[in-house]
Amino acid sequence: MSNAGTTLYDKLIRAYEERPPVLATEETSSLSTRRGKAFEQFREKGFPTIKDEDWRFTNMAPFLKDAYDISIPELADKSILKELIRKNTVEGWDAYQVVLVNGRIDLSLSELPGEIGVTVRPLAEVTHSETFTHYAGRHLQTEGYPFSAANTAFFEDGLFVEVKKGIKAEKPLHILHLYTAEVPAFFQPRHLVILHSHAELHFMESTACVKGEAAVLVNTVLECALEDGAQLTHYVLQSGRKGERLVSHTQVSQARNSRYDNVTISLPEADLIRNQLQVTLDGSGSECHLYGLYLPNNQQLIDNHTLVDHIHPHCESNELYKGVLQGSSRAVFNGKIFVRQAAQKTNAFQQNNNLLLGDKALVHSKPQLEIFADDVKCSHGSTIGQFNPESLFYLRARGIGEEKAKEMLVQAFGADITERVSSAPVQKHLEKHLLRERPVTNLQDVAHIEHI
Amino acid sequence: MLSIRNLHAEVEEKKILKGINLQVNAGEVHAIMGPNGSGKSSLASVLSGRDSYRVTNGQVLLDGKDLLDMSPEVRAREGVFLAFQYPVEIPGVSNINFLKTAVSEIRAHRGLPPLEAREFLRLSKERQALVEFDAGLVNRSLNEGFSGGEKKRNEIFQLAMLEPRLAILDETDSGLDIDALRIVSGAVNKLRSADNAFIIITHYQRLLEYIVPDFVHVLYDGRIVRSGTKELALELEEKGYDWLKETMQENATAQQIVI
Repeated sequence: MSNAGTTLYDKLIRAYEERPPVLATEETSSLSTRRGKAFEQFREKGFPTIKDEDWRFTNMAPFLKDAYDISIPELADKSILKELIRKNTVEGWDAYQVVLVNGRIDLSLSELPGEIGVTVRPLAEVTHSETFTHYAGRHLQTEGYPFSAANTAFFEDGLFVEVKKGIKAEKPLHILHLYTAEVPAFFQPRHLVILHSHAELHFMESTACVKGEAAVLVNTVLECALEDGAQLTHYVLQSGRKGERLVSHTQVSQARNSRYDNVTISLPEADLIRNQLQVTLDGSGSECHLYGLYLPNNQQLIDNHTLVDHIHPHCESNELYKGVLQGSSRAVFNGKIFVRQAAQKTNAFQQNNNLLLGDKALVHSKPQLEIFADDVKCSHGSTIGQFNPESLFYLRARGIGEEKAKEMLVQAFGADITERVSSAPVQKHLEKHLLRERPVTNLQDVAHIEHI
Repeated sequence: MLSIRNLHAEVEEKKILKGINLQVNAGEVHAIMGPNGSGKSSLASVLSGRDSYRVTNGQVLLDGKDLLDMSPEVRAREGVFLAFQYPVEIPGVSNINFLKTAVSEIRAHRGLPPLEAREFLRLSKERQALVEFDAGLVNRSLNEGFSGGEKKRNEIFQLAMLEPRLAILDETDSGLDIDALRIVSGAVNKLRSADNAFIIITHYQRLLEYIVPDFVHVLYDGRIVRSGTKELALELEEKGYDWLKETMQENATAQQIVI
């Protein structure tokens, strides 16, 4: 009950208790049981504080103070949304565009796939289905994850994607999450992506917020289930504006011989981005590849918590997260890998590299490996450094100005991540965003720690 | 073109250059030789503007302009080029984009528009041929995974692209096999003109068989102790640097006696 006094907490508790009984009875018993349990967890613990180990360096208190509206506000002017969509469209990428406004699919702005075997629907339409009951919440944890618990207790809608057995989706999906708010608003969208055995899908999520000053707090939960041999490629581009706070929890469950690729790029501007990415390798021969690039500036905070759980033998996980920190920004990287006793012949690699450019920038990097099996190959590492002065001098000695040279070095640093994107137009789109958000390198010389 | 007067410099409080005087005119090739630690590479670093060096006294003028007052990039744009002894590897920066940026910045400084893509490509192909530089390397990340010889050839390829007025080659011959040495020297000889000048820093006389210098200077303990023509290099090769050190010490002793 640590933050029972916060306005948002009180509002949520009241809303749950006062919700119309019809809503509760409409749902399947398994979902309402789950909601009830999650709600109790949330009611007991409240929002996390810096006393919680997982939130030691990410203080939510300043982001919970606003008088958030928890009922979804009216949609903004569609023309503003269209402008936002235009800005976020990936040039030259032939993809179905699925637009969610404030966490709900807007059919008038979307082009849903017409392919046989590929379904995209509002989540609210499937919560009664057996498929939903079977897949939702399979590995998602709510105990000890207050945001995931709150989302589970309260979610109303979001995105449902299903790719049937053996179907390789011909065109990728570009999912645009747009948020509009004239007053402070709190959103809790919920998404479920299911790939049946040997199905394949590429999708990219972009997040954008309509201009304005109002605080927007988004608490997203995404669950991805990959059956035997399924392959899911998932790109995430998080861009925002001042006042925007993004909290996300992604749970990926992988059956045998499945493959999951994730590239997450977090651009500056949003006040706070906290990503919780958890992958459960729940079948032998499965593999996941997680890449991240985060670029906080000014007073912003970007926190990436990842967890890869190796349960079975012969699985592989690769993870590389890189950060460029400017101004007085802060970043957190916390990467956990569990290798359980049965998970022999595991390959698990994890690396986190940071470039500290602002003289007040701060990064907390914590790679963690917990290994209970004895025949495994695992490594992890972390670096925090500055520009290599020799590289900078080399570029300048060829006539390239200091600012431009620094910009080139930052891009080179990030290239390790952007190069992981297999689609050329998406890669170009990401690089364009990186360039637009290119660091204002007004750094002074700080004693360097380690050169990268 | 370049005039160095009484140049003193130190690095981390340690005096490295103790009064260098050197005049380099357009069309000339100067070789600077000397034992390890004599200050040869330090001179190259000071001229190109490496910031770990502090100039404590003296003056360097490039075509009458105060070189020491300029940032490294401005020196490069004004026509100074340093071929690095140890070219750095920069993963993620493509060789060709890097060169394109460098060429554009130098041209902009001279009030010229950027080269058209096609013209740049033509120039790049032509200059690659000059140093027999593998086209595959041009599109790779800057020096990443290059062999020692490939890195040195890349330096000369850049030199050929940027067409500096004053090129300083810092031990470009070290780590080169005889074939690479011939290619690099051949390129330098083709690039020599009445308008540019070269300062060639080398430990061995070998390179000077291929690039024949107009003048040879011997650097010892931060000073030029001898200057002469190409025959001086041969004499050094024959007698070794110990000979030089002995004569220097004799002189020093003689001076002390006089005092």
